[in-house]
Amino acid sequence: MSQVTLSIDGNKVSVPSNITVLEAATKLAIHIPTLCYLSDLSPEGSCRVCVVEIKGARSLVTACTYPVSEGLEVSTNTPAVLEARRTVVEMLLANHPQECPTCQRSQTCELQSLAHELGIRNVRFTGEKRKYQLDDSNPFIIRDNSKCVLCGRCVRVCKEVQVCNVLEWTERGFTSKVTPTFDSTMKDSSCVFCGTCVSACPVGALTEKSLFGVGKPDKKVKTTCPFCGVGCNFDLNVKNGKVIGVTSNLEGPVNGRLLCVKGRFGTDYVHSPERLTVPLIKKNGNFVESTWDEALDIIAKKFSTIKNTYGSDALAAVSSARCVNEDNYLMQKFMRAVIGTNNIDHCARTCHSPTVAGLATSFGSGAMTNSINEIPDCKVMFIIGANPSEAHPVIGAKMRQALRKGAKLIVADPRKTEMAQKADIWLRLKPGTDVMLINGLMHIIIRNEWSNQKFIANCTTGFDKVKAVVEKYPPDLVEKITGVPAEQLYKAAKLYATSERSSIFYTLGITEHTCGTDNVMSLANLTMLTGHIGKPSTGVNPLRGQNNVQGSCDMGALPNVYPGYQQVSQPESKKKFEKAWNTILSDKPGLTLPDMFDAANRGDLKAMYIMGEDPVLSDADAHHIRSGLLNLDFLVVQNLFLTETAKLADIILPASSFAEKDGTFTNTERRIQRVRQAIAPIGKSRPDWQIIADLATRMGYSMHYDHPCQIMDEIAKLTPAYTGVNYDRIDATGLQWPVPEAGHPGTPYLHSGGNFTCGLGYFMAVEYEPPAEVPDEEFPFLLTTGRILYHYNVSTHKYSKRLSEHAPEERMMLNPEDAIKLDIKENDLVRISSRRGSVTAKAWLTDAVAPGIVWMSFHFSATPTNEVTNGAYDKVTKTYEYKVCAVQVKKA
Amino acid sequence: MSKDQTNQCCCGGNNEQFAKLDEVLVKYEGVKGALIPVLQEAQNVYGYLSKDIITRIGEKLGIATSQIYGVATFYSQFHLKPRGRNIIRVCQGTACHVRGAKAILQALEDNLKISAGSTTPDLKFTLETVACIGACGLAPVLMINDDTHGRLTPEAIPGILAKYA
Repeated sequence: MSQVTLSIDGNKVSVPSNITVLEAATKLAIHIPTLCYLSDLSPEGSCRVCVVEIKGARSLVTACTYPVSEGLEVSTNTPAVLEARRTVVEMLLANHPQECPTCQRSQTCELQSLAHELGIRNVRFTGEKRKYQLDDSNPFIIRDNSKCVLCGRCVRVCKEVQVCNVLEWTERGFTSKVTPTFDSTMKDSSCVFCGTCVSACPVGALTEKSLFGVGKPDKKVKTTCPFCGVGCNFDLNVKNGKVIGVTSNLEGPVNGRLLCVKGRFGTDYVHSPERLTVPLIKKNGNFVESTWDEALDIIAKKFSTIKNTYGSDALAAVSSARCVNEDNYLMQKFMRAVIGTNNIDHCARTCHSPTVAGLATSFGSGAMTNSINEIPDCKVMFIIGANPSEAHPVIGAKMRQALRKGAKLIVADPRKTEMAQKADIWLRLKPGTDVMLINGLMHIIIRNEWSNQKFIANCTTGFDKVKAVVEKYPPDLVEKITGVPAEQLYKAAKLYATSERSSIFYTLGITEHTCGTDNVMSLANLTMLTGHIGKPSTGVNPLRGQNNVQGSCDMGALPNVYPGYQQVSQPESKKKFEKAWNTILSDKPGLTLPDMFDAANRGDLKAMYIMGEDPVLSDADAHHIRSGLLNLDFLVVQNLFLTETAKLADIILPASSFAEKDGTFTNTERRIQRVRQAIAPIGKSRPDWQIIADLATRMGYSMHYDHPCQIMDEIAKLTPAYTGVNYDRIDATGLQWPVPEAGHPGTPYLHSGGNFTCGLGYFMAVEYEPPAEVPDEEFPFLLTTGRILYHYNVSTHKYSKRLSEHAPEERMMLNPEDAIKLDIKENDLVRISSRRGSVTAKAWLTDAVAPGIVWMSFHFSATPTNEVTNGAYDKVTKTYEYKVCAVQVKKA
Repeated sequence: MSKDQTNQCCCGGNNEQFAKLDEVLVKYEGVKGALIPVLQEAQNVYGYLSKDIITRIGEKLGIATSQIYGVATFYSQFHLKPRGRNIIRVCQGTACHVRGAKAILQALEDNLKISAGSTTPDLKFTLETVACIGACGLAPVLMINDDTHGRLTPEAIPGILAKYA
């Protein structure tokens, strides 16, 4: 970009020629007041607060829209400029209700601060005040249009950043007003309550309901969101030692001002009255309050006895993707070094283990290949088995930003999700037919010579076998099995293969199948076939589900690997960790999550230590899980709440939430980010890492850390991808692994230039296999499961009051045609039964599901969907097939 | 939860009422900047722009309904509520004002039992005020549809309205 030199208030500055006068002034640290301007939005120049004088110009111009040019002479504070600004602000004040003392935005109001800055004492004008009804129809946002100054920032964030187009200018002149379509309340609009508009509002027109009536925060603590894997940063607002709410932190490297309803409004679970505050010991069938000393001593003794009597492998632990890296690292270190077993696993087993296994096989590294902020620059997005609008809302917003910039979208999903509705091509495949679909696409690509021969030849191996296999998947066969018309297959294949930058995005619709790992390797094949990998905005991107599921896998909370995916069965790795931990380790890979419950049911497993998870609700075939846990001699559960699993425990240890501890989360784009303590632990709860270290020490293995940063230093020493990571370096924006050495800047996208982590990319020929259980006469419907926007797995439905108020209960999606046949009406109570169990839920009639298919979430303990789902699992990684099982549906 | 994440079609499966609208939409398929002509033609067909019509136009043109609603409320030519079969435009311009336009408007409101800017419940009349219709020589004046009625007195109003009832 060419440079131009201009002068502002007599100061010369050389700047790129494509910026505005306002941006140039910022470079000189010259302050120009603004109102309708936000640096992350397109400038509008409508409020005229930022006017400046330009030598030779006929009138004052708006600095936020005026482009720089060579020799421009700008004055930012002449009498004419100041008078114009004052007039503009006085006119706004003339129409603005004088309610400052009671306004929630008081002290942070930009109109107020402009009036102060411009020295306005008396408003020279008197004007009519707007009087609109207050909209507090929802639990999240209060909309007071009477206070609106019509700057349009909310309209623009809704259009440009969140890309939901809910708020818009309506009417004209004095009656102009920002409203949702048809002037409805926000509750009745298509608003998804991301609250980005609230973060953009300069006055009290849009405010957080949670922050009403609680006063100004004493402090704001920047931290990382505890919900999904996107890894948004935000500020926890703290007053009197309590979290009162969340506000955007514009420095968030992933999200900026964007958040979703859960992150912005769902952290009230921290202060839920249901929080556990003291250790509990079950005596005569009832939990009684205890002390840390008593509880930990009993656990230490019991674990030691079981280890000595039945051997180390009679114990197992479930770690947690909700917990920080430091907790996970210590949990696996505890099991390996103190107990002496590799029996450690966590909920990654139930979601993205096939990703870790599949992509590691194909590429040598099982993670999202690209960065979240590369998404808006994709030319083609192929979303398969993912519903980012609800499960990864901020990624959904980035995808809508890409669409706004003209990207094309292919969606493969049995359900008509938001993205399916926006898709250029929607492939409505039958659940469980993904391999058939992908092989079919590859067949078309090869036949039409859209493949990238050079990439295949230079960067990969094993292509011939795949070519031979996909030969057997012609479009007519694929159409028959997947239900997707051949013509659509052709269009999708061409669009994906021939674009300049194509990215694949998938989640559990790919992995939660008996063929999960096959599905993942198929997608890897497709990317290698077309060479769509190893470049910005080009790759294959598993969107990890939980806040720290990437990190807990990286930390080795898995039965077969130490931190950094170093195999326990490999002598060198074992030796390395034995030396570091000063102990003898087992080289026998441990039990996976399903194996643990099988072993517990058989009586081989005697004790379990479950941290931060609730497998009774979250794992498939709940009955099997419960019977296994009941069959144990000793169960310890460490959690924030008395979960369904905790109810079965012998001892419950109260843990601290993300707001009460320091640590790190690794998000789905491999970014290691800080979690910062904002408040003291609730009650007598303790951070998980402290509990584990204390227990280890009581068992005779000294674990002492003053602060989690010391744990991270130990992690960095032992984990190649984390070598250059420490708390100082990740403080501001985190680092994306691999960070192979001190000072390394991190890695935004993997496999640059087709240089795979494992050398050559490995084509794995994959054949289609049908799901384990398909509908039949007795169980004629296919049940598939997923998440809704307003809840996070099994943890928010009970403990976040606001989210539960908005979305209180399970609603099973049923196609209206099926509903007529079954005589079921909207909101009728229906019973859903499988061979394993039965639950009830209200009916939600929608063509989002095809006839013959029903859909449920698994968020609600009143409707424990996993009583019904199938415990069959992926043959490689033992990930449950949550996405397909056969059920009957009847009016309850 | 207040709404479907996955919207059903607004017409509940009854597409017939939209047949004429769809003809208009087909005509403008792929045409840039077609929103205003589409709204005009849709209003010509249906008399006003209902929620269902706006929603369908949004779906078919790929424009957010919020944006369509914004445009429709900006221009006075668009109507979001059903209009009467007869449109009364009563002049409130200077000449008419001087010669008693206020009393004429009052008589209309009393007779129709509605206020200016609204429509009778039986959809016979919509009453609107205008600034001038360019017939000052006939002041006070009003128009019903394309007919001009001038030199009015409040007493004349019931008789005039009766012709259109």
